[in-house]
Amino acid sequence: MLEGIFKVLSDAIFYNLIREDRYLLFVNGFKVSIQLTVFAALIGVAIGLLMAISKLTNNRILNRIATAYTDVIRGTPSVVQLIVIYYAILGSSHLPKILVASIAFGINSGAYVTELIRAGILAVDKGQMEAARSLGLSYYQSMRYVIVPQAIKNILPALVSEFIVLLKETAIAGYIALDDLTRAGTIVRGRTFDPYTPFILVALIYLYITSILTAFMGRLERRLRQSD
Amino acid sequence: MKRILICLLALILVFSFIGCSKINTMKRIKDTNKIVWGTNAAFAPFEMRQGDKVIGIDADIAQRIADKLGVELVVEDMEFEALMSALKSGKIDFIAAGFTVKPDRAEQVLFTDTYFTAVQVIMVTQDNEEIKGPDDLAGKKIGVQNATTGDFVASDIEDAEVERYNNGMEAVMDLKNGNIDAVIIDNLPAQLLAEKNPEVKILDEKPAENEEYALAVRKGDTELQKVINEVLSEMKASGEIEELVNKYSIGD
Repeated sequence: MLEGIFKVLSDAIFYNLIREDRYLLFVNGFKVSIQLTVFAALIGVAIGLLMAISKLTNNRILNRIATAYTDVIRGTPSVVQLIVIYYAILGSSHLPKILVASIAFGINSGAYVTELIRAGILAVDKGQMEAARSLGLSYYQSMRYVIVPQAIKNILPALVSEFIVLLKETAIAGYIALDDLTRAGTIVRGRTFDPYTPFILVALIYLYITSILTAFMGRLERRLRQSD
Repeated sequence: MKRILICLLALILVFSFIGCSKINTMKRIKDTNKIVWGTNAAFAPFEMRQGDKVIGIDADIAQRIADKLGVELVVEDMEFEALMSALKSGKIDFIAAGFTVKPDRAEQVLFTDTYFTAVQVIMVTQDNEEIKGPDDLAGKKIGVQNATTGDFVASDIEDAEVERYNNGMEAVMDLKNGNIDAVIIDNLPAQLLAEKNPEVKILDEKPAENEEYALAVRKGDTELQKVINEVLSEMKASGEIEELVNKYSIGD
């Protein structure tokens, strides 16, 4: 019995990882998933910051643009956005695929970050803005030096959790033939015809990355509490 | 905590294998009055969607098998690469999906008689003068449908970068956008794709040996295999298969 289990396990490892150097697919997939998440997170935070401020200003046009953006992006599935951006909008742009995918995921994540930052800014006491303005800072300066830093501190935990969501969201990159971690699983599955093992491996890798992010979040929160 | 988790997952892994116990297919088909056909309905003219129905050459064959057994046909339309796993784990009873007979697939499933000879072809854009045959594909970006024969052919080409799409249409779309250099796909769907996309052409030189399509059942399901073989030989003898090929290949 025990021998049988050992044989099944060693076979699973041999066919899914060692034969034809399949472990390389997982390694490359891991790299692609991480790259996608990091680039998309950067783009997402940049867009989110701009759009959140646009939503909070009194400028009607900026308001409208930001509202339309968050409504459309949050109201449609990310697979659809990815396919439309890759095949249609940036279809003949000849940008590297990973960049196109990062832009797509960044635009997607940006909408959620917008709402996060907006809520974060609104949560900063009104008196902060009033005090900054009465000290002679301009609206932009008060935002830049007084409000946004406090807001970012409030929303950091939520932001890290958005990055975790983003990491898992990149699992749909296979739709545009980008070999991310999940697609590596499906490729190996298509070769070995083994229904579970490749995905269990993939799941373990995702779990590992997210547990690092979670641990980081915990430390960050403790550190931030010190300065209160 | 983490160690417990890993042990737990290892256990799941082991039990998922042991879980693949023997399934008495014929008895289940009779009991539930249903036979489940697994396919990927994005492979015209063998299987495609019309409204919410799956139609095509394989669809008609599948229907004949169900009729022969006197049961209802249930379609499971899934990703192509998931078909073998679904068959092995008993989610479907047979595969009819433009499924090529290959030795490494034969290790895992039981093939029926073949019913169609397929040819892999290379598709490029009309203005492509550089790629004239399979020898020009080395080091190029080649689009394929994930886990299909075209994928295996392309993976064997030297230095070629293989882009694996969920279906052939997406690969051709990316070919038109200029993101890949060529697409390797089965002949019949290629012709339909070329018809719909005048910007691409099919090369005369073939990238691989001809392939035979067959249906597949679970290892050990010889009884079902026999029934399917009977249906296939009847359809071949009456010229029905040829009729179906013509019917679905011409126009839409």
